[in-house]
Amino acid sequence: MDNPFLFFPLAIVALWSAISMLLSRNAVHSALYLLVNFATIAVFYIILNAPFLAMVQITVYAGAIMVLFLFVIMLLGAEESAGVLGTRRGQMISALVLGGVIIGSLIAALTRLGSPAAALLVDSSPRNLAVILFETYVFPFEVTGVLLLVAVVGLFVLSKRLVKNRG
Amino acid sequence: MTITIEWYIALTAFLFIIGALGVLLRRNAIIIFMSVELMLNAANLLLVAFAHQLGDAHGQVLVFFVMTVAAAEVAVGLALIVAIFQTKKSIDIGQINLLKG
Repeated sequence: MDNPFLFFPLAIVALWSAISMLLSRNAVHSALYLLVNFATIAVFYIILNAPFLAMVQITVYAGAIMVLFLFVIMLLGAEESAGVLGTRRGQMISALVLGGVIIGSLIAALTRLGSPAAALLVDSSPRNLAVILFETYVFPFEVTGVLLLVAVVGLFVLSKRLVKNRG
Repeated sequence: MTITIEWYIALTAFLFIIGALGVLLRRNAIIIFMSVELMLNAANLLLVAFAHQLGDAHGQVLVFFVMTVAAAEVAVGLALIVAIFQTKKSIDIGQINLLKG
């Protein structure tokens, strides 16, 4: 965690890919830049002693979610779009003001923060994570199961309406 | 020089701001969704950083819940975008104005 030779190159890549995603005019390029960003965050997880989460990040985000994004972009043929410059003036001003407020509050918080002493190394083995997940957080776990069920039902309803519209 | 938790707070805050700017500035609905994913990832990274700092694995377990919600949100959101595209032939959020009075 405390090695600057690992942190700064990764942080530069993460910020650069995020800004490139924001500014890119081509939606496929944006998706690929976001993929780079997810990969660097996976490396951060390894640095932070969370190797299992790093693998889940790669498989779920880079493997499943980004493939879904790229599939929908190419299905709709929506690659080209107006960039940031195509936005309205008021929208731009409000976005910059909100970003400035967040940066200001960040600086104010960091200057007052006393950093706590580093504790013992966390046991991040899949076994320990499973024990916490299925003992302490078993009710939230079941709620996420219901959430996924609702998502599946919603997808069925949406796709059924699509078929009816087309016919 | 060592990297303390403040550097991670700063990095994740900047990633979150970039995602928020993406939501506010872009007109393409798919890119707005990608920016939401970026914000969720920034929050996840900060959770893991604090879990490491405090020596507590509960922060890492919370990341799993965030990932589950993100996956469900992306699936439903992209289905909605496809449904909107079928009727409007566009995913520019400026065109989605049926409810405008």
